[in-house]
Amino acid sequence: MVTDWWYGLLGGGLIGLSATLLLAGNGRIAGVSGIVNGALGLTRAEIWRWFFIGGLIGGGLLYEYGLAARPTPSYGFSPFTMVLAGFLVGFGTRMGGGCTSGHGVCGLGLLSRRSLVAVITFMTTGFITVFVTRHLLGLGLT
Amino acid sequence: MTIKPTHGSALVAGLLFGVGLGYAQMIDPQKVLRFLDLAGPWDPTLAFVMGGAVLVTLISFRWVLGRPRPLLDSQFYLPTRHHLDRPLLIGAALFGIGWGIGGYCPGPAIAALGLGSPNPAVFLLAMVAGSLTYRWLRDR
Repeated sequence: MVTDWWYGLLGGGLIGLSATLLLAGNGRIAGVSGIVNGALGLTRAEIWRWFFIGGLIGGGLLYEYGLAARPTPSYGFSPFTMVLAGFLVGFGTRMGGGCTSGHGVCGLGLLSRRSLVAVITFMTTGFITVFVTRHLLGLGLT
Repeated sequence: MTIKPTHGSALVAGLLFGVGLGYAQMIDPQKVLRFLDLAGPWDPTLAFVMGGAVLVTLISFRWVLGRPRPLLDSQFYLPTRHHLDRPLLIGAALFGIGWGIGGYCPGPAIAALGLGSPNPAVFLLAMVAGSLTYRWLRDR
């Protein structure tokens, strides 16, 4: 468990470094939901977004097959859960203008009041949702 | 398509982000749900992830934004809205519900695309549908 905390700190540090590089190099905020939304516009000026997304996929592969001490657990296919979760995340991040990275990592770094309120809000509803699904309804992710 | 320096820096930033999400174990949705499960055997790892990331950006962003412009572009593209409004609150609340149901937020779902499970791909297709649905409702 404590080892996980150190790896969490390391992972967080790398994510912070990534956000620093994107802001210092490209002048852009490393908010993944915003990057995806912009990438879907598919205009020429937005090509950098696809490079970031490609890097994100590559980084996951590099970790899993090159760096990880143990494989990341995999779970059964749960299409309904994923569709419901994905739709709410897509709708909510577009409406609220950011996700864990944009509002969390970058917005808090910018000392943005909007981002602080967003982070407190999505953490709170996340906590409540898991309490309801796991403890009131007795569901797990299957 | 012309490859520009900004494409290279975006690729490296994406790689760092993906490896970071790996070490953070956010590519494991159950790890995320164990953090969100305050009433269960709570796993605080994600607080260290967020803490580590924000510790870096709090210091580095100040330094970066003290420069006249980024290294590879002519301007910084920063958020323009500063006031609190209803869409921010409702949107963040809905996002949190979706996060609590699936254990994925956008970054980890993309970083987990190559790990063999179809779950992140289905999540991302639905995420794009949700985003387009909001845009359609807003612009209607």
